[in-house]
Amino acid sequence: MIEMHVTRKLQGADGEFNLNVSLSIGEGELVALYGPTGSGKSSILRMIAGLMSPDEGFIKVGGDPWFDHEKKLNIPPQDRDVGMVFQEYSLFPNMTVRGNLEFALSKNGDKSMVEELLDVIELRGLQDRRPVLLSGGQKQRVALARALVRRPRLLLLDEPLSALDFEMRSRLQEYIIMCHRRMNLTTILVTHDYPEVLKLSKRILVLAGGGVAYDGPPETFLNRMESSG
Amino acid sequence: MMLDFGPFILTLKLSVITTVLLFIMGVPIAYWLAYSRSRIKVLVEALVALPIVLPPSVLGFYLLLAFSPQNVFGKWLDQYMDMQLVFTFPGLVIASLLYSLPFMVQPIQSGFQQLPRSLMEASYTLGKGRMTTLLRVLLPNARVSIITGCILAFAHTIGEFGVVLMVGGNIPGETRVVSIAIYDEVEAMNYDTAGIYSAILLAFSFLVLVTVYLINFSQRSEVR
Repeated sequence: MIEMHVTRKLQGADGEFNLNVSLSIGEGELVALYGPTGSGKSSILRMIAGLMSPDEGFIKVGGDPWFDHEKKLNIPPQDRDVGMVFQEYSLFPNMTVRGNLEFALSKNGDKSMVEELLDVIELRGLQDRRPVLLSGGQKQRVALARALVRRPRLLLLDEPLSALDFEMRSRLQEYIIMCHRRMNLTTILVTHDYPEVLKLSKRILVLAGGGVAYDGPPETFLNRMESSG
Repeated sequence: MMLDFGPFILTLKLSVITTVLLFIMGVPIAYWLAYSRSRIKVLVEALVALPIVLPPSVLGFYLLLAFSPQNVFGKWLDQYMDMQLVFTFPGLVIASLLYSLPFMVQPIQSGFQQLPRSLMEASYTLGKGRMTTLLRVLLPNARVSIITGCILAFAHTIGEFGVVLMVGGNIPGETRVVSIAIYDEVEAMNYDTAGIYSAILLAFSFLVLVTVYLINFSQRSEVR
């Protein structure tokens, strides 16, 4: 589904470093991207979404090239067909909950998707509210719903739950699992919360030293950490 | 004593036209300044801000030279466009556009810059282009800055004097705006008329500023 082989110069906690990542993610997988702050997790998502350009390499999704440095190909984010949820929610303050969802519809988009999501993610009671009047958890539910309106090929979650308290977090994790199953959506979740990884995904990519340091089931990584530590 | 309201009507007309045109020009300039990473941005920023530090007479002097039919630009306007800009209302409008440009551009630019970048990015990942994002996401959420820019540009044009004196002169109904009329009345020793004009302008300017601060105040106290 996703074939990615890129390098990009980044600013990390200890100065500049080169992120050099090769990864391949299958259709319908839910993969967690795990690593310390400044290790390049979000940058990988942003490169897939087209919000940041790699210095070199290529990104292919479902066989279609989205980025290719050699061929000077860079599909703009508008045409990449991804749903993205940002850490800071990024709801449009000037629109209601329903307005935020409808904004995501394409010109002749299917309005029934908005209705379905209002029900599935239990937002109907909040549909006429503006984001200012929502709690953090409610905002992130709206952001998740909004990202799904276009039935994207890929769902990119950039630390979506890190600003929420424990209870809200676990409720939202349920929503993510449900949406992922319902739509069989290839999903990448950036997180630095290990329990979250264990709960949500069967595969974890650990970023360290500018590359993928581990790729496999989260349990094995935990065992390895414990035996080495 | 009969008070001539001509200068007020002319001043309002000039300010409204200037503000509308500046809004149309100012939004793209502010957008570019807010989001561009180009190196020439610094130069453009300095150019836009020039009228703030430059004495209006300097701006007026250069415009007078440029508009004058003896020079290339003025000659070209005169011969091919049949347009005279010295001592005419259209000339005043062009002068006002330059003179009040920073008052429109700077608030809108900082309004854009205060919006989280992820709002724009979210809109892009939802398949929306730059134009849709500007019209439906950025402008509505920067509305306070836009209102501020419009009010300031409007008020600044009302208070314009030096530039008008240089390129507009004092032609009733054409270039005789309030500030010029006041100067003129004082010169003619008509202190009563000058006093009334001044009082109206003072009250108006104060009201405008109160409005700007009121908008900013109510916006800031709004829960985000």
